Amino acid sequence: MEQLKKKFHLGKTNREKIFTFGIVLLFFAVIEILRGTGNLSNLLKGQLVPICAYVVMALSLNLTVGILGELSLGHAGFVSVGAFTGIVTATLLKPVVPQTWLVLLISIVAGGLTAGIIGFLIGIPVLRLRGDYLAIVTLAFGEIVKSLITNLYIGVDAKGLHFSFINDNLNLLEGGKKIIAGPMGASGFPKISTFLAGILLILFVLYFLYRLLGSKMGRAIKAMRDNSIAAEAVGIHLTRFKLTAFTMSAFIAGMAGTLFALNFASLSATKFNVDMSILLLVFVVLGGLGNLRGSIIAAGVLTVLPEMLRSLRDYRMLAYSIVLIAIMLLTNNQRLMQWWTQTKKDAKKWFAKIRKAKDGGEA
Amino acid sequence: MDRLVPTPSLGVIPERDSGKPLILDIHGLGIDFGGLHAVEDFTLLIGRTEIAGLIGPNGAGKTTVFNLITNVYQPTRGVILFDGIDTRGKRPDEVSRMGIARTFQNIRLFKDMTVLDNVLVGMHNQIPYSMLSAFLHLPSYHRKEKEAREKAMDLLGIFDMQHMAKWQAGSLPYGAQRRLEIVRALATDPKLLLLDEPAAGMNPAETAELMENIRNIRDRFQIAVLLIEHDMSLVMGICEGIAVLNYGKIIAKGSPEDIKNNPTVIEAYLGKQED
Amino acid sequence: MSFLSHLINGISLGSIYAIIALGYTMVYGIAKMLNFAHGDVIMVGAYVCFFALNSFGLPPAVGIPLAMLVCTALGMLIERLAYKPLRAAPSLSVLITAIGVSYFLQNGAQLIWSTNPRVFPSVFENAAVNLFNGQLTISINTIVTIAACVVIMVGLTLFTGKTKMGKAMRACSEDKDAAILMGINVNRTISVTFAIGSALAAIAGVLLCSAYPLLKPTTGSMPGIKAFTAAVFGGIGSIPGAFLGGILLGIIEIFAKAYISTELSDAIVFLVLILVLLIKPTGLLGKKTVVKV
Repeated sequence: MEQLKKKFHLGKTNREKIFTFGIVLLFFAVIEILRGTGNLSNLLKGQLVPICAYVVMALSLNLTVGILGELSLGHAGFVSVGAFTGIVTATLLKPVVPQTWLVLLISIVAGGLTAGIIGFLIGIPVLRLRGDYLAIVTLAFGEIVKSLITNLYIGVDAKGLHFSFINDNLNLLEGGKKIIAGPMGASGFPKISTFLAGILLILFVLYFLYRLLGSKMGRAIKAMRDNSIAAEAVGIHLTRFKLTAFTMSAFIAGMAGTLFALNFASLSATKFNVDMSILLLVFVVLGGLGNLRGSIIAAGVLTVLPEMLRSLRDYRMLAYSIVLIAIMLLTNNQRLMQWWTQTKKDAKKWFAKIRKAKDGGEA
Repeated sequence: MDRLVPTPSLGVIPERDSGKPLILDIHGLGIDFGGLHAVEDFTLLIGRTEIAGLIGPNGAGKTTVFNLITNVYQPTRGVILFDGIDTRGKRPDEVSRMGIARTFQNIRLFKDMTVLDNVLVGMHNQIPYSMLSAFLHLPSYHRKEKEAREKAMDLLGIFDMQHMAKWQAGSLPYGAQRRLEIVRALATDPKLLLLDEPAAGMNPAETAELMENIRNIRDRFQIAVLLIEHDMSLVMGICEGIAVLNYGKIIAKGSPEDIKNNPTVIEAYLGKQED
Repeated sequence: MSFLSHLINGISLGSIYAIIALGYTMVYGIAKMLNFAHGDVIMVGAYVCFFALNSFGLPPAVGIPLAMLVCTALGMLIERLAYKPLRAAPSLSVLITAIGVSYFLQNGAQLIWSTNPRVFPSVFENAAVNLFNGQLTISINTIVTIAACVVIMVGLTLFTGKTKMGKAMRACSEDKDAAILMGINVNRTISVTFAIGSALAAIAGVLLCSAYPLLKPTTGSMPGIKAFTAAVFGGIGSIPGAFLGGILLGIIEIFAKAYISTELSDAIVFLVLILVLLIKPTGLLGKKTVVKV
């Protein structure tokens, strides 16, 4: 018995991981049961894929802000690159590839790769900057992406892909199709994202991040965040690891972007603005820096919350902002936090006492 | 390349290290901050297994010398040959991989990480597995991680810190934090260990123990140690060669005996005696 | 001649950015925080002035000071309620709080004043100065804007250089702990900084809406972000830097619109910012910070 216990005894980190995966699976199961019994509200139904997409975006930003420790205010830019790459890929593949899931998979990978490449190229010069300067440069990056895609025209016809910029000079042949139409955004692309795909993407990203964190590379990244001078002094090549983490983060954001985009009938680049970047940052900070499970919960709850606050009508965004400020003030209130840790400690002691008494009674 | 030939008058090297290549050969090193010559014409030779001391009053530029050796600062003048290789233009992490490890005067641990993880970060470049095997948890990942953990625990054993392995580094008592910095530095598998005030904040008993530990480290790993320290009992007790720095310049060099009786050194520390 | 006209327009827009950027930079210098809500204080200032002029028929000479007064009070209130409790908190928490305040102001404005855009009345005489036989027209509005910016700049320089409070501000931004040891009341200094920044925001709001007369609850956000960019561009924390950054940003924006592309003007502005920061990582006039090892 003792041996069996030892065999199944999991370290604290492993328990946490399993718990996190469990939350995602539980969410999936609950939604599917609700759906099966016909109890899923239309409101929530429409939110399922966006919830998954936001969760993945939050995880991705957590890699940059929480784990790497670099403030980014332009994460929506990577999401946007992924979204529109995914839209183009899916539109092109749809007539050729019969399996919808394969179209979705390839599109998501394409969206991720493009965003990852952009992240890598941007990261090389930009990651030398520190703190607030990096924040403002990433913000600028997000605005540039928004502005560029808003002026981008992409169409496809018998002769292949056509690009044009600022002015619509696609000159498509008869039967050609406009995929992205500048300020009008993209429309008429396949709406193929599914809740299942979203859950699978979350699970994949979680797996990826946990494996990263459990490796020597994850340790190096965390060390860099804790103390970059010391990390460098023990032989960690700062630029390389910063760039790698940043690129991975962009890659994940791009995948989330594709998932997000292919859930709508039409999409404009203005959707991916500073507000979205900030929203993602709010998820990450509220969920706890570097805390993956926190990001998942925060992104999930805060995506649904404004919908649930609909009964407040016009007051809902006001309520949202007050909640935000209140959480920040409360979590940073030292007296309150001390009281909380003390209470937790006391509760633990109390439970231990009860358990002890029980064990004693049984023996 | 006359600088490659060590001039006998530049330093004392222990008997056992003579004839072997020097681990550190610094020649005419200098750096300016603004108009100030923070370090000037700094010349020092250290033997392969020597324990050397760098002392001097506050603000003499001792830590600056460490920052120059580890290339945190780029020198304005002079040459540093580490194990015969010029370190000029290398990044601090490259210097570390060449085999120079250091601790910091104002402790710089990875505070949010565990003690064990701090040591494992130090071993980063000694853990050879690919990212692919890390993502797929291939057998090589498990094996190498296990080996690394065992070695890290072994290193923690130098200071009897194994039981603290799971503690958060930031929560350690001050003395233990200083010791952990030494372990982390050793984890990089250095040939030269730079210790910046390792005994700061320690009581005499702890200092005596630390002296013993430093000597053991040198014997076990066969490395050179250069330390900055204000505690004279430690410096005089374990250093084989001592250099005294004042206002960025070396004012004296020699064995502990030489330094103890050197009038210039006494003057630098106590000020000029007015008769 | 059109070049000159664009240049003047650029300086005028840049003056507005500069006035907003001054608020950002002063607060950043002292409280080391990015006050994301600053742009929304501008909007509140503009609304107050709008109602003073339109609904109560007050003259601009009363409406503008009134807007300044309201914004000053608002700025100090925000600082007291939302930021002061977070002095010791991590900077990200403060940033999120500032974002929360920004949302609060925008959505509050939406509730009170609705999302319908209002047409801002012309505060200044709708006249223009004609030069070069009418080839170059400069509106009174433009002249007032530029003049206001210069006056504010000179005033602030004198204030921080000569007065006791101004010196206290500089001391706080240099080293808060040392300032406390010198007997400076840091809380009061920060409060005054917010007051000044917010009063400037009110002026910027009026000037902004005089030049671009559509007033909405979101009116402040984009100019706010651009002014924030301007502050970083010039070197955040530096008053001359904010001035320089603001003016340059305005000129770049107008020139990009005139000579390259209206659609891409924002992208160009932000691209220039990135390039400048890559060459000078702390902005044009920012101080280089040395990390002590």
